Amino acid sequence: MISMEHHYYAPEDLKKFGAIAEWEGNLAKKFFDWYGDVFKGGDLTAREKSLIALAVAHTVQCPYCIDAYTQDSLEKGATEKAMMEAIHVAAAIRGGASLVHGVMMMNKAKKLSM
Amino acid sequence: MIKSLHARHHQLADQQRQREILENGIFREGRLPKFHRKIAEAGHDSLTPGDLEIFQVNVGYMCNQVCKHCHVDAGPDRQEIMSRETMELCLNALAKNKIRTLDITGGAPEMNPHFRWFVEEAHRIGVSEIIVRSNLTIIVANPRYHDLPAFFKKHGVRVCSSLPFYNAGKTDRQRGEGVFADSIRALNMLNDVGYGRPGSGLVLDLVYNPVGAFLPGDQKQLERDFKLELKSHFGIDFNNLFTITNIPISRFLDFLLESGNYDDYMEKLVNAFNPAAVPGVMCRNTISIDWLGNLYDCDFNQMLGLGIDARVKGHVRDFDFAELKSRKIAVSQHCFACTAGAGSSCQGATA
Repeated sequence: MISMEHHYYAPEDLKKFGAIAEWEGNLAKKFFDWYGDVFKGGDLTAREKSLIALAVAHTVQCPYCIDAYTQDSLEKGATEKAMMEAIHVAAAIRGGASLVHGVMMMNKAKKLSM
Repeated sequence: MIKSLHARHHQLADQQRQREILENGIFREGRLPKFHRKIAEAGHDSLTPGDLEIFQVNVGYMCNQVCKHCHVDAGPDRQEIMSRETMELCLNALAKNKIRTLDITGGAPEMNPHFRWFVEEAHRIGVSEIIVRSNLTIIVANPRYHDLPAFFKKHGVRVCSSLPFYNAGKTDRQRGEGVFADSIRALNMLNDVGYGRPGSGLVLDLVYNPVGAFLPGDQKQLERDFKLELKSHFGIDFNNLFTITNIPISRFLDFLLESGNYDDYMEKLVNAFNPAAVPGVMCRNTISIDWLGNLYDCDFNQMLGLGIDARVKGHVRDFDFAELKSRKIAVSQHCFACTAGAGSSCQGATA
């Protein structure tokens, strides 16, 4: 086992995701069943869902999720360009979310100012 | 163009070295279970043949391409070519036994000087189905191959062609610069004589394999994607897309080791072991013949020099249909690629 004193994240831990069931099996089962269903093809294809997951992974900056959904996107046949486009969507929403609050700043500044 | 492992005197050109790698490391250390143990857990003491349906002849390792993942280590520098005499022995075995399919592979099988004669004879003696595994680019490589689509049509050949992706970037990275453009030209030529066109009865299948150390996705979904992309951009029609998992031998094994992906890839294959894929593995309905006439359980075992059960006669001159059925299939850890996920074979997913 890699000590947390040296690394907060270890690649091997991704493979142990299922171990969360050891301390709370009932909720873990519900989560993993639901998770499995979420990623099945529906009105969105499994590949589209994988690309959404990849974008969200970058938004929440989860290394495990980036590892998993980079592989998954490739397996689902996504092009590298599509994968980068997905990350730009995530980045644009993040950047836009900051910038759109600029309107709030402007409103407040205008109210305070003579 | 890169050279074959063979021409470079690379350690993996040695079959024995490849077998050692597959038997040792993470498997010897017990971090991953070996294949024979895994199938035993799934209720199979050993792998045994079902009905023999496919007679797969590798007519030689010469090829006009040097693909980075090639399990044959094929290339222009390979000199192993099946003789006409050995082809005659193959035809004798086909004539005497009820085997549905002759599957001709290589290298680029069309480069064997006796290739056309072999196909003509197989057609003449009434083999039900003749498959040629064409790399596509050979059709446009030289004017003397330009009539191959017409030749295939004349002899009712089912054409099975590799195309790892529907764009140039991924395809060329695996198969070489310019391969995608040449493959598209060749597919257009095959379509022009009717291959893959609805109602023509001329079957053109494509084979997809991942461009890297990951598993293939859902075969049906990838087929839909390929059909949409190839039709809309290039007007190309084809029949089926078959997904094949990259087998960790030869040049793909070299890639895995050099890129530091070997342990993770093997673990991925083992974790994806699907007991439901075991009954459909191709070694149960296929026999593989090398350029010298030696028999193997599959083309991958052929490349590893993993011989057929020593209790049966192992050369095509002594081909014994009934005896072969009694053999035990030779396995090693590369076999996990055929049982991962939806399964993998020369006919695509198996589970």
